[in-house]
Amino acid sequence: MASMFTRVLSGRNTAVIMAGLGAGTLVSSYIMMTESGVSAGEKKKLYPPSADYPDLRKHNNCLASALTPAVYGQLRDKLTPNNWSLDQCIQTGVDNPGHPFIKTVGMVAGDEESYEVFAEIFNPVIKDRHNGYDPTTMKHPTDLDSSKITSGMFDENYVLSSRVRTGRSIRGLSLPPACTRAERREVERVVVQGLSGLKDDLAGKYYSLTEMTEQEQQQLIDDHFLFDKPVSPLLTCAGMARDWPDARGIWHNNEKTFLIWINEEDHTRVISMEKGGNMKRVFERFCRGLKEVERLIQERGWEFMWNERLGYILTCPSNLGTGLRAGVHVRLPLLSKDSRFNKILDNLRLQKRGTGGVDTAAVGDTFDISNLDRLGKSEVELVQCVIDGVNYLIDCEKKLEKSQDISIPPPVAQSKK
Amino acid sequence: MPFGNTHNNFKLNYKADDEYPDLTKHNNHMAKVLSKEMYGKLREKQTPTGFTLDDVIQTGVDNPGHPFIMTVGCVAGDEESYEVFKDLFDPIICDRHSGYKATDKHKTDLNFENLKGGDDLDPNYVLSSRVRTGRSIKGYALPPHNSRGERRAVEKLSVEALNSLDGEFKGKYYPLKSMTDAEQEQLIADHFLFDKPVSPLLLAAGMARDWPDARGIWHNENKTFLVWVNEEDHLRVIAMQKGGNMKEVFKRFCVGLQRIEEIFKKHNHGFMWNEHLGFVLTCPSNLGTGLRGGVHVKLPKLSTHAKFEEILTRLRLQKRGTGGVDTASVGGVFDISNADRIGSSEVDQVQCVVDGVKLMVEMEKKLEKGESIDSMIPAQK
Repeated sequence: MASMFTRVLSGRNTAVIMAGLGAGTLVSSYIMMTESGVSAGEKKKLYPPSADYPDLRKHNNCLASALTPAVYGQLRDKLTPNNWSLDQCIQTGVDNPGHPFIKTVGMVAGDEESYEVFAEIFNPVIKDRHNGYDPTTMKHPTDLDSSKITSGMFDENYVLSSRVRTGRSIRGLSLPPACTRAERREVERVVVQGLSGLKDDLAGKYYSLTEMTEQEQQQLIDDHFLFDKPVSPLLTCAGMARDWPDARGIWHNNEKTFLIWINEEDHTRVISMEKGGNMKRVFERFCRGLKEVERLIQERGWEFMWNERLGYILTCPSNLGTGLRAGVHVRLPLLSKDSRFNKILDNLRLQKRGTGGVDTAAVGDTFDISNLDRLGKSEVELVQCVIDGVNYLIDCEKKLEKSQDISIPPPVAQSKK
Repeated sequence: MPFGNTHNNFKLNYKADDEYPDLTKHNNHMAKVLSKEMYGKLREKQTPTGFTLDDVIQTGVDNPGHPFIMTVGCVAGDEESYEVFKDLFDPIICDRHSGYKATDKHKTDLNFENLKGGDDLDPNYVLSSRVRTGRSIKGYALPPHNSRGERRAVEKLSVEALNSLDGEFKGKYYPLKSMTDAEQEQLIADHFLFDKPVSPLLLAAGMARDWPDARGIWHNENKTFLVWVNEEDHLRVIAMQKGGNMKEVFKRFCVGLQRIEEIFKKHNHGFMWNEHLGFVLTCPSNLGTGLRGGVHVKLPKLSTHAKFEEILTRLRLQKRGTGGVDTASVGGVFDISNADRIGSSEVDQVQCVVDGVKLMVEMEKKLEKGESIDSMIPAQK
């Protein structure tokens, strides 16, 4: 291939070849002095891993807790089959030492193989983030049978809305931190084509970000449907906002209860939501929709990234396994002021966020309450956990209204298979 | 974010058409020049350090336009970028630098004695004077592309060089990593320190990676000569002081720069320079002299005059707010500096500032007295 051969002849290699032709040291030194930088091969010798090791002393994220000079040394010069490197995985963690509300992960995958090639750093990070889940010995259960759910109807005096989201990656295409424009456009094509096959209550339409009017965009943001142009440095430092808004868009069904985000933080984010407290129906639609989409892309020879150790493969290690966040917007004016609130949430394996999502604070007395866990428990288990937990919280709130006492529940068992 | 050599090979599996960026809503120099054909031709290339076309243009793809100025939309990752991607850079340089051709030669003149006047700008109007430039150090990739190891090596070498200066240049280095919050705020308030980058123009080009690792500021004891290490360029060199004595500032600038250059040369890492582009810097807008010589000057009346913009253009000057590029003016005080960087020397450009500001202050005084300035409006320089 002519172009590859030409590359070999550039740079320092020219000096080697010319020296071999008898041009002598004069030429080599000329090349050395006029070249402003060193070739990739030379760089490895001039700059051993210790020279490049990031300064993480002021950092507090999962990456910083797990990375050692030894591990960095072993992995720095490795590449995935798509030519993605360790430095690219960890850039976001180096650039963002800490987060005020949560301990961030600090690294991302560029492709499915990242989790294998850089397992030595991903595994301890996964373990840290997912309560001791060990990918080398454990298996992750996948269960999208919504008929198993019980008590999935909340008291709508308290629960304003219910939502379940997850992500899916298209096998064979690089993930958002790494993907080229062509790959990103391919993801868009594959997914939109699949979605166009959805019918009945799932039938819908695609709105590409590049062609959407400002009005359409504002309406979708106000409805809590649309994702923002990324401003979080966690995302921008990982390269996920490159080429915005090229090949990004949102698909939703006509009823606006089933939505897909394309090419935001993952290839796809799949969301089922509605006003009110019917979490069972939300989850039923979620499972049905997901299975239908999977079937439609499989018809064309595509599939989702999944394996039995890590479940569904997504960009951020925090979303491995189910990638599932099931949550409600719930009013808890009294409970939220009780000093036991956080402990109760902890024991129920629940997490609170503001109603703008992660990175926001609560407004008034309304909280976004969702599952903490993602990996090691199935979708059904996690949604049931949220249902049982939120029912408990509502029960506490009612008790406090009547000036009755509440108690901290025993911790929910963490399954370790 | 910069990709290594090998990722570019992977991208070549996709057709140029599929990879070509959507620039239909863009308005920057890169978007004006980069056609599909050019993209197809250049995408297979890379510099010896592995900088690729997509690396060059990422900032321009991610930032379609800027409210105040037409941005360049591309950066260099190393010295060779300007050569390997000359099909892209040459027309951009020509457009950005008033017709500078690919065959033109640039003149470097850092002999401060060639500056005429400049010591008599009225301090009632001219509040401060400043000259800055950038320098890149041979043997290291530039801020969009360098690894942590390279950036640290640049810092180490720079600090060694700067700490060996003496006399009026004797000073101290403050690494960003270990600066206290109090020190940092003082330096920002004194207009000495660079901010942690927030501009998407810089962020999208990958220049803020690993912040604040290997970044810092060196300044002399009098705080009249400063060097920024590893911000948008390897080095930014600044001479400044209160008042209107631009002559003195320029002298210190030239002397300091030459002393520093000697030390770097001794270590076999001179500055990147060639006779076509002059001093090679990260952004094509700073090629040539990389020099911005300017003053903070009170022009409340002149700045609201209908011909203000035209006067500036004819004097080959540019206005900015007192917070620097990307800011608006406060209280009638403007930052006035040379518009040109390449095709004229350092002395030429500072002369423009000196002569132009002197004229504008006289115009301001005339307007204060209610007199017309029509007869004073200069011809195009």
